[in-house]
Amino acid sequence: MATLQLHNITKRFGDTEVIKGIDLEVNDREFVVFVGPSGCGKSTLMRMIAGLESATDGDILIDGQRINDVGPADRGLAMVFQSYALYPHMTVEGNMGFSMRLAGVPKEERRAKVLEAAKILQLEPLLDRKPKALSGGQRQRVAIGRAIVRNPSIFLFDEPLSNLDAALRVQMRIELARLHDELDATMIYVTHDQIEAMTMADKIVVLHDGVVEQVGSPMALYHHPCNRFVAGFIGSPKMNFLPVTLTGVTSDGVAIRLPGGGERSVPVDGAHLDPNATLELGVRPEHLVLEEHGPLSGEIKVLERLGGQTSLYVQMDDELITIMADGDVAYRVNDTVRFGFDPERAHLFDAGGQALSSLQQHPLAGLTRHDNRAPGSPSEEPA
Amino acid sequence: MTTLSSKTAAPRSVSGWRSAQSKRILLTLLGWTVALVIFFPIFWMILTGFKTESAAIADPTLIFSPTLESYQAVQERSGYARFALNSVAVAFGSTFLALLLAIPAAYAMAFLPTKRTKGTLLWMLSTKMLPSVGVLVPIYLIFRDTGLLDTRTGLIIIYTLMNLPIVVWMLYTFFKDMPKDILEAGRMDGASTLQEVFFLLLPLTLPGIASTGLLSVILSWNEAFWSLNLTTSNAAPLTAYIASFSSPEGLFWAKLSAASTMAIAPILILGWMTQKQMVRGLTFGAVK
Amino acid sequence: MNKTRASGRTVGGLRTLSLQAPAVTLLLLWMIVPLGMTLWFSFQYYNLLMPGMTGFAGLENYEYLLTDPALWAAMGNTLLLVGWVLAITVVGGTLLAVLFQQEFAGRGIARVLAISPFFVMPTVSALVWKNMMMHPSNGVLAWLSESIGLPAVDWFSSLPLTSIVIIVAWQWLPFALLILLTAMQSLDEDQVEAARMDGAGPVAIFFFITLPHLKRAISVVIMIEMIFLLTIFAEIFVTTSGGPGLATTNLAYLIYIRALLDFDVGTASAGGVIAIILANIVAIFLVRMVAKNLED
Repeated sequence: MATLQLHNITKRFGDTEVIKGIDLEVNDREFVVFVGPSGCGKSTLMRMIAGLESATDGDILIDGQRINDVGPADRGLAMVFQSYALYPHMTVEGNMGFSMRLAGVPKEERRAKVLEAAKILQLEPLLDRKPKALSGGQRQRVAIGRAIVRNPSIFLFDEPLSNLDAALRVQMRIELARLHDELDATMIYVTHDQIEAMTMADKIVVLHDGVVEQVGSPMALYHHPCNRFVAGFIGSPKMNFLPVTLTGVTSDGVAIRLPGGGERSVPVDGAHLDPNATLELGVRPEHLVLEEHGPLSGEIKVLERLGGQTSLYVQMDDELITIMADGDVAYRVNDTVRFGFDPERAHLFDAGGQALSSLQQHPLAGLTRHDNRAPGSPSEEPA
Repeated sequence: MTTLSSKTAAPRSVSGWRSAQSKRILLTLLGWTVALVIFFPIFWMILTGFKTESAAIADPTLIFSPTLESYQAVQERSGYARFALNSVAVAFGSTFLALLLAIPAAYAMAFLPTKRTKGTLLWMLSTKMLPSVGVLVPIYLIFRDTGLLDTRTGLIIIYTLMNLPIVVWMLYTFFKDMPKDILEAGRMDGASTLQEVFFLLLPLTLPGIASTGLLSVILSWNEAFWSLNLTTSNAAPLTAYIASFSSPEGLFWAKLSAASTMAIAPILILGWMTQKQMVRGLTFGAVK
Repeated sequence: MNKTRASGRTVGGLRTLSLQAPAVTLLLLWMIVPLGMTLWFSFQYYNLLMPGMTGFAGLENYEYLLTDPALWAAMGNTLLLVGWVLAITVVGGTLLAVLFQQEFAGRGIARVLAISPFFVMPTVSALVWKNMMMHPSNGVLAWLSESIGLPAVDWFSSLPLTSIVIIVAWQWLPFALLILLTAMQSLDEDQVEAARMDGAGPVAIFFFITLPHLKRAISVVIMIEMIFLLTIFAEIFVTTSGGPGLATTNLAYLIYIRALLDFDVGTASAGGVIAIILANIVAIFLVRMVAKNLED
């Protein structure tokens, strides 16, 4: 129902610049996740969109209209706070209807709208309760309900799940995704949890130190991180990095020598590489495979058996390498293992941490969450 | 678990239980003795108020036939109600004014802080530390020249200013404790500043505002330096009225007790109710 | 764009300023006007009984005051009063706080009884003590000492300052107890249990855990009491009127005598300045501590 554009947004608190010129485009009905480590500026960015914080510089546009000077309530947005920020002295119904009460909406109409939202969120039996008498998950739903009744063009979520326990978080994640389908609204979601970003987003915006590191679909970020920061931040467990030596550049990729002496060619564009460039190889733990004659080797320091999978922490020179292996591997601590990787799934980073671009796009890189649905399936599929 | 361990270690745990029990009895005795000794003068005063004047100066005893005659006499002969009314007017008047001045100031300090906010707060506190006696002369002269001597208005002005720093301070800490998110949610819901204050801030900080007000009432009610020096009869509150019992020594103990009991009873009860918040106000938040 | 930011800040600043203005202005007046007048009078010849004699007195009021033996007697009494009351209330308050922190039957009510004297107006407590407790023939204390065969003490003639100390300490002991008890409640139980596991007995726990934890609260109690005790007035006013002689005249009472009984505004003001200086020495430390507390 709405688009959002940010043009060169900056924010300074005193002398410290926390947002350093951000440009961003959010499309209609998109689910966009701002993700990054704490202190990266993601919450500040959202608060500026909400109008709770003014932008030092730059333009914020909703549906093409500049709204920098419009008050928070008049931007057509609704926000769900990390702490839920429910009004403790009002009932669930009072909380959800407060904005309409302020706007002078008649009581009957208010009630109808609250009921409608309560139905979507299964809050009907709780309407007369005070927030104190609700569980964490119920409070969360009331906070969302309060946003829904305002019928906003854009929903803002500020780390809404971080106060919930792990099980509830998974459940709410699913519920939020369902809500997005049901309401067909534009949503912006801030989190530090890359799993939430990967599972819910159409588009992820990775922020770091007040700048956008990369924008793209979850699969694009996973398969084609544009730099070392994004590569390390997206994906769990974290990507492994190894120093390698450049040995040659061909049209099929970049040839490198691995720490153990083995040679591989990674299919990335090395056309502009300096022959003496120092390079770093990045391979995700799930893409490292145990092989009897693999080019890499090291001693197992820690071994975590999760049942279906086993995480091996392998000492290689100065690096501790993580390998996700099969649940049934027979190794023990202090064993030496040999392992390798598929060069197609490896990444190369130059001295500045920038990724060398892949010669081939991953087939899933353009995929968004919506594309996971079978073509033509109705949007109200069972949750 | 408990049954199991008590079975296996029976002898030790029984003696342990015994010593814990005797320690508790000892503590109860000691605690109550100390409390009763400290409270005794108040207890004795309340008791004396129900005696006749002759019984009041007789040898101390707990056995006597209680009477309300002193209470009646206090009201009839000295017009207790007038002094009580002065106390009420002065305590509540000054509290109301102090709250009126302090709420906007504390709101600004808590929610729109500037670089100078902290300095302002500390400066306000430091005015509280100015000894009254140091400014007795000028205040007395100003009051004499402006006709404020022996008026309720005069006392109300003094008490408002005297309590203002504490009231601002306490409100500031209560407002500070209010989650900012809730006010922001209100703003997202379209609340103006006034609506924010009336629909969210005041209802949510009402307990804090109330206990701040009570502290101010207690302090004004019990204040005895200015009331003794600036009032004589018309505006004299209970502190000054009770002081008037000091001259004819030893003659009206029962009436003094009755009047005193009435004068301290409401404040004693308010004090019991708000002790926790009192600490916060009296120590400027330095002790939590 | 920078314009909006700059103007946004001033608008916020203006709002803050205008909301604080009434309170700040009044307090500023309340502080500066009387303070300035006290200071001014202290350098003037100004006696309400001698309207003709006015004019600049230089340091004469101070000289007169500082050479007046009454001032030194009053200073001595002030120090004794403050010192003794502080000693009694801080030591007693700490011990009582430890006692009332223990679990025992009816602890809540016992606590309420013990803090009650603090809420009693000073004129009431002074008169109750003077008449019903300390009266040489009909008081409870006289009856007590006679019933164990000792002669009754005539408190206010033979031990005047001690009597005042007892009354004031009775009022302020509950204050110390209340503050220290509150501070005690924030003591981490785990810390005490850890100390117990390390083999600390009750005495060791008191000296190594409880007392250090209370250090800050105790200093707050000392400072606040000092400020109030320096200017004790009503208790003296209704019991001894500063006597016999000057035995219970403290600085506050002396200023009162000079100002409202002798009508010597100049000397009284000089005394006021001295009282302000004394209080400010204490206040500086207290404000520093509160400021430090504001940071965290």
